[in-house]
Amino acid sequence: MRRAVPAVLLALIVLIVWELVVRLFDIPSFLLPGPVAIVQAFWGSRGMLLAQSVPTAGEALIGFLGAAAAGTISGLLINRSSLAERSLYPWLVASQTLPVIAIAPVLVTWFGYGPLPKVLVVILFCFFPITVSTVDGLRATDPDLIRLMRSFGAGRWRTFFMVEVPGALPFLFGGVRLAVTYSVVGAIIGEWVGSSKGLGFLMIQDKNQFEIPRLFAEIALLSLMGVTLFLLVALAQRLIAPWTLKQDK
Amino acid sequence: MPVPKLAARGVSVTKGNVHILDGIDLEVEQGTFLALIGPSGAGKSTLLGLLAGLETPDIGRVEKNGSPLERPGLVSYMPQSDLLLPWRSVLANVSLGLEATGVSKKDAREKAMKALQRFGLEEFAKVPPAALSGGMRSRVALLRTALLERDVLLLDEPFGALDALTRRSLQGWLLDVRDTLAATIVLVTHDVDEALLLADRVVVLTERPARVALDVPVGLARPRSMEVETTDEFTQLKRKLLGSLGVAG
Repeated sequence: MRRAVPAVLLALIVLIVWELVVRLFDIPSFLLPGPVAIVQAFWGSRGMLLAQSVPTAGEALIGFLGAAAAGTISGLLINRSSLAERSLYPWLVASQTLPVIAIAPVLVTWFGYGPLPKVLVVILFCFFPITVSTVDGLRATDPDLIRLMRSFGAGRWRTFFMVEVPGALPFLFGGVRLAVTYSVVGAIIGEWVGSSKGLGFLMIQDKNQFEIPRLFAEIALLSLMGVTLFLLVALAQRLIAPWTLKQDK
Repeated sequence: MPVPKLAARGVSVTKGNVHILDGIDLEVEQGTFLALIGPSGAGKSTLLGLLAGLETPDIGRVEKNGSPLERPGLVSYMPQSDLLLPWRSVLANVSLGLEATGVSKKDAREKAMKALQRFGLEEFAKVPPAALSGGMRSRVALLRTALLERDVLLLDEPFGALDALTRRSLQGWLLDVRDTLAATIVLVTHDVDEALLLADRVVVLTERPARVALDVPVGLARPRSMEVETTDEFTQLKRKLLGSLGVAG
């Protein structure tokens, strides 16, 4: 807890300076609202804002879980089969040069205004770091460990599950932590392109109606959502692979 | 003439352009403690890998009990580094070898616990290996190997990274383990004193490409305490070994 003190202090200082600057220079709230105005805007629409957070959070979470599944499965495939590595991997890498934001409208055309295209956008954003970290993690297995397992007489699969998979977890969690921060971004972009609910939808509306303090409140909610998801992943890592956190002791 | 427990017959190995072993002939009788010494990089570890069935020779063959040894898993092998898995407790690391051979987790852990108790290490059972000292890690790795209860134990410089004092205590410990198992042991070491203190027979390899330079029985009485190192017999053997290693004795 004490380690959080400097970060909290810095945030407080920034917020106070921000509020002072807005008041001193009399900056209009449609350009830059102060923190107090943002909190007031949030409180005034709290019911709606929280209700609209639910679909966005749902899309981010489901998309992230889908990406985790797709990423680890494609990573495993690439690791297990050199044919998959040679055929699949280059295209996965190439796919990352396509801007997802450009694909999003196509997904909306195909799948409509419901949650599916948003979830797909999130998956497109998140699966790649998970694939790469799975591949790298499995590849990083100490060859001496594999030799040791062979000397015991262990078969390929037993070696895989007893040594390679747990050894890959620190890498995998690195990719997952990166991916989870993308998931909220993905959900918002999905909603911007075409939706009738969610925080992304509200943001577009509030921007058009110059409800700038509430727009800022929505941004703050999104960032809170991202931080929460990140902490959930950190918690999962602590439960599933505690040794990956203690190594620098 | 009984069939030797372990034999290398005209074994040669070339890796890339490097000719490592050049027609090694070696027979190890049941119950013998053989020490294998030689200049560094001479191919001692390569020979041990062959005896473990982890590699196959380009020329010649390896035999166990008179029949060809063509796969790993028939003898116990302990590599140079302890290779303890950070995600397994000490107990689970000791049972790793058994679990790798398909013994049920419950039975393997029970056996591992008994082994830890026999050697007074039960208080460490639940500790992660990161919390152990170097000497303790080596003990755990040695127990992991010994727990397989195979009749041949191949040890690749198991105590190379330890300080002199810890090394002494582990050497005594190794003799205990050997008496419990009544196993045939091949120990690779670069330490002439260690070889003479532990072994019934010492084989010296030449520089690469390695051949057998010297093969001498060690007739020193057991148990050998540290005082044995001051006897004439010990000094003469040591001079002989150092001479064949090309070190002025």
